[in-house]
Amino acid sequence: MSAIGELSTMSRRKGPMSAEEKKANGRDNKAAYIFLLPWLLGLAVITIGPMLMSLYLSFTDYNLLQPPEWVGLDNFFRMFGDARLHNSLRVTFTYVLVGVPLQLAVALLIALVLDKGLRGLPFYRSVFYLPSLLGGSVAVAILWKQIFGTTGLVNQLLAMIGIQGPGWISDPSTSLGSIILLHVWTFGSPMIIFLAGLRQIPNMYYEAAEVDGATTLQKFWRITLPMLSPILFFNLVLQIIGSFQSFTQAFIVSGGNGGPSDSTMFFTLYLYQKGFGQFDMGYASAMAWVLLVIIGAFTAINFVASKYWVFYDD
Amino acid sequence: MTKLQTLPAVDSDQGRRHPGQGKPRGKSPIRESRGNLTFSRSARVKALIKHAILIATGTVMIYPLLWMVVSSLRPNELIFREPGLWLQSLEMSNYTGGWSALTHPFGHYMVNSAIVVLGSILGNLVSCSMAAYAFARLQFTGKKLFFGIMLLTIMLPFHVVIVPQYILFSQIGWVNTFWPLIVPKLLATDAFFVFLMVQFIRGIPKELDEAARIDGAGHPRIFLRVILPLMVPALATTAIFTFIWTWNDFFSALIYLTDPDMFTVPVALRAFVDSQSATSWGSLFAMSIVSLLPVFLVFLFGQRFLIKGIATTGIK
Repeated sequence: MSAIGELSTMSRRKGPMSAEEKKANGRDNKAAYIFLLPWLLGLAVITIGPMLMSLYLSFTDYNLLQPPEWVGLDNFFRMFGDARLHNSLRVTFTYVLVGVPLQLAVALLIALVLDKGLRGLPFYRSVFYLPSLLGGSVAVAILWKQIFGTTGLVNQLLAMIGIQGPGWISDPSTSLGSIILLHVWTFGSPMIIFLAGLRQIPNMYYEAAEVDGATTLQKFWRITLPMLSPILFFNLVLQIIGSFQSFTQAFIVSGGNGGPSDSTMFFTLYLYQKGFGQFDMGYASAMAWVLLVIIGAFTAINFVASKYWVFYDD
Repeated sequence: MTKLQTLPAVDSDQGRRHPGQGKPRGKSPIRESRGNLTFSRSARVKALIKHAILIATGTVMIYPLLWMVVSSLRPNELIFREPGLWLQSLEMSNYTGGWSALTHPFGHYMVNSAIVVLGSILGNLVSCSMAAYAFARLQFTGKKLFFGIMLLTIMLPFHVVIVPQYILFSQIGWVNTFWPLIVPKLLATDAFFVFLMVQFIRGIPKELDEAARIDGAGHPRIFLRVILPLMVPALATTAIFTFIWTWNDFFSALIYLTDPDMFTVPVALRAFVDSQSATSWGSLFAMSIVSLLPVFLVFLFGQRFLIKGIATTGIK
């Protein structure tokens, strides 16, 4: 199913080539490379080339005007003393570690309610899915900026029941929470993946459990959750990778400065400011590699931990 | 993992399938045999509770969007004190005012976005389908390695390559052109879609290729005449997702397009936010809605492909 599934099977399957593969080996080389030409070019020029280049730049001081100057590990040492960077890491980690589990929990909950041929499923599914498509847009970020503003929709509604709400996005203690909510609001796409997974659980398991007198909760913990764990894992990996790169919402809601008082200064926002605001390209490249390492580490931890909680039926 | 790989597309509204049972939506035989009155009543109550939960959640989710639509049709001052959805009169001035509030009429930015979107769709369709054909059907040296790299690039953060990419594109004079947004798509860098198409092609029976080969067809012919016509659903999914993602894409436009002539819709909206004082939410909302409209329409008509696409590859 998934790219992640495919990768993990690839790493597990290390045997010799099959007879078919051996026989066919080399036969289509010319045709294959012609078909792959655009992709190979893209890989070299748009992906791997720039990756190596940014690795090099991370050891330099470079402002686009003068040629890059080698400074060794200076950029990385600077990071140790950069309090705004530490703060941006804290903001990003909070966003990922709160937002992702919350979003997946809502997605799973709604998927469970929606499962089992409830009437009107296509309609509900559309309603829940729509925000996922719109959530990444500037327009929705603008909407968020209004509804969580001091005189925004949320506070207007609160005023109806006599509560004077704070300025959610102008208050540093709630601004990040508002953006996390925006992330939770887009639970529709993991929900659809969960729904697809739930369909795959054979009904006979539930029937057998019912015969044995299992309660709904027992069925959830003993059947649904283990059977769904590969999908949960897949969603978790994807959402974590995606959330670390979140940019647009915080940028628009904060007016581009990650405020108030850096409370929504995501790592990516700080990277953008360093690279494209101050043209400190060396530092920005070093930050990009730190981001890559962090995301890589999280993904690796996920894969290792998955051995203990992800259940494969085969 | 085989379980994951055989996940079917969920474009249907059916419940779980039972082996040997005609009606997919029906209850299990065991439950049916217990179908007495009390059981069906409790089932009805259960369904009712479920509907209540879903309607409540759905309302909370959709309300802000509806409110934005309604507010865009209201005089400005009402936006700060009218949380309801009731409209007393239709105020179109937000739309007319917002449309011409920036350097260019808003239509200019929509045309820019449309150019980038169409170029990206074309690029993704051609380059990704070619790469997918090679990965799914051809044997070649380094296939496993390249396939693994392709999968890894799906997970590569864009920020890692953006600085050198920017340097590269600015050196060849492409800043403030649409090329930096379109050319990567022509080079199949959206590996997601390569993967989606590989999965799809794997599901097409190989006998069809063999038959064409016996008739003397080479790979280009098999690709164009056999595979491509059969993979139209995957192409549609790719086109629709490319449309939505490119239309919404803010980060690359922010970096590469700094000249208002070249602004796409997201950067134009951002310029609008920055230029307006807090009092003109009405026109800001109006243009936001205009900007969401194409995505909404694609969602309405392309939903089936979107949902199939997410369920089979897990893309956003």
